[in-house]
Amino acid sequence: MIRLLTALFGRLPIGWLQLSHNRTRLIAAVAGVAFANLLVFMQLGIMGALNNSTVAPYALLNADIILSSQEGNTLTDSGNIARTYQYQALAVPGVVAATPLFIGNLPLTLEDGSSVSLLSFGVDAAKAGFMAPALAPSVAGLALENTVLLDKDTRGMPAEALDSLASGGSFTFEANGKTLTAVGSMSVGGGFLADGMMVTSDQTFLRFFGSRSSGAPDHILLRVGDGLSPDIVAERLRAALPAAVVKVQTVAEARAADLSFMATERPTGIIFGFGVFMGILVGLVIVYQVLSTDVADHLREYATFKAMGYGQRFFLGIVFEEAIVLAVFGFVPGLVVSMGLYAGLVAVTGLPVAMDATRAVLVFVGTLGACTLSGAIATRRLAAADPADLF
Amino acid sequence: MAGADFPIAVQGLNHYFGTGEARKQAIFDLNLSIKRGTLTILMGPSGSGKTTVLTLMGCLREVQEGQVRLLGHALHGATEAQLVQLRRRLGFIFQAHNLHESLTAMQNVLMGLQVHGPGNAAKQQGAARHMLGLLGLADRLDYLPANLSGGQKQRVAVARALVSNPEVVFADEPTAALDKDSGRVVVEMLKALGQSRGVTTVMVTHDNRIMELADRIITLEEGRIVNDTNP
Repeated sequence: MIRLLTALFGRLPIGWLQLSHNRTRLIAAVAGVAFANLLVFMQLGIMGALNNSTVAPYALLNADIILSSQEGNTLTDSGNIARTYQYQALAVPGVVAATPLFIGNLPLTLEDGSSVSLLSFGVDAAKAGFMAPALAPSVAGLALENTVLLDKDTRGMPAEALDSLASGGSFTFEANGKTLTAVGSMSVGGGFLADGMMVTSDQTFLRFFGSRSSGAPDHILLRVGDGLSPDIVAERLRAALPAAVVKVQTVAEARAADLSFMATERPTGIIFGFGVFMGILVGLVIVYQVLSTDVADHLREYATFKAMGYGQRFFLGIVFEEAIVLAVFGFVPGLVVSMGLYAGLVAVTGLPVAMDATRAVLVFVGTLGACTLSGAIATRRLAAADPADLF
Repeated sequence: MAGADFPIAVQGLNHYFGTGEARKQAIFDLNLSIKRGTLTILMGPSGSGKTTVLTLMGCLREVQEGQVRLLGHALHGATEAQLVQLRRRLGFIFQAHNLHESLTAMQNVLMGLQVHGPGNAAKQQGAARHMLGLLGLADRLDYLPANLSGGQKQRVAVARALVSNPEVVFADEPTAALDKDSGRVVVEMLKALGQSRGVTTVMVTHDNRIMELADRIITLEEGRIVNDTNP
């Protein structure tokens, strides 16, 4: 290690030697950085799960443009839009097909008494093309009354029922006093609003959500003609439809808007964002404390080096070397423990909490940045190293 | 008189500590030149100003009034970068060894070489090993300071100061932590370096055992030279 670092720096790795000389302090510092990493990873993991579960239902759709009420916030937290806009939209050049989409949260009680909530999509079974290609053939079969496609990743569903669905069988359950039969499955997963998802026909949907009207769906899905840009057609729709009432978005825009809403408008997004900030702050304080104490403990040695002719860059190099060592050594255990906790969270909650390379790299770069910043602040103490005091 | 023959030249040097009413003059109109290759001892009672003079000549303290020329460079008004460059041509031996606790004896001595740049690692290690061997520490190369005796630490500090072939050595009580024989070995080494390579040594000491080795003894009292002899 010392030889490697010596070759790398072209000098003795004083920072590493100082840190490794005091093992207790090194372990405490690394544990502190790892803990800060853990905090950040957990906040980002839950925030990522929130984002993933927010936009995951979009994967079920195969539309270009989505019309929504201006009162709505996201795909699943929407207002109602008058179905008449579907017909107005069809009159806009470029729009070739349209269908209403109903969304509701269906609570149900299982035989063992446990409760499960299903985010339910009601779609026109005759327009299965508006659903994802893998799902479309099954959706066409939903014309049969009280049949549904059930999310096989639904939290709390009996394993035998899900196994039966996976092997091509069916599964019957009750909701609102009526019987539903799951005749197929899909994979979406639970989120913060529901334990899983269900797709049914608009007719079945309206039977189970008695207060809903066929004339007021949650969204209207549109397809544009082959080769046409959804963005251009969306512009035409915005010009044709009342902006105060109807929100026109391409599906890509809607996804981005949902993520933005969850991150900036919802308390959950703000809380998790604040959690990330707190994690970074904890890391900064820990590293600063370690480095500034280390500088203070070695002022006499630094003053000696100054007397020998070492310049300011050398001392900055030592502090930054220590900062980088702490960042790297703290990141690795932080990452490993976080991955373990992610797995635990997935097992317990079913939330889509997953470590991806981008997040790991971002946190590592952030850790390096935070440690370097702490080091930069700690270097102010170097000014106190006066070689004249040595005599 | 400053120049190659006189690496240290001090003229009209005054120095003060404190500010305002607490300002106190420590050095009064000091004038002296030190010849190349000589061993000069600064003596005097505590508070006489000898350490202040040493730090002013060694460019560790800012010159306030008067002139100090070191190796041909005026220290008054020199930039920090110029002082850093100048310090690399010097060797310092402190009363407290000031070794880096995390570095072995060998690594501490290497720091005296690496200040000049990465250089050839094998050559640097050879030079450090040789210097430590001259000071009787060949079997202590990989010892941390915590595992060395006081005298051994001081000898490592001497090796660190001398390994880079300094042109001037400033030493503050270098033999205080050494036994009679070790102390004499160190001072004789400094004396020999003066004779063989022209290294100039200025040493603050109260150690009467080594006075006979000095080329010049300057006695300070209350910031003034009261005696200047060539024994």
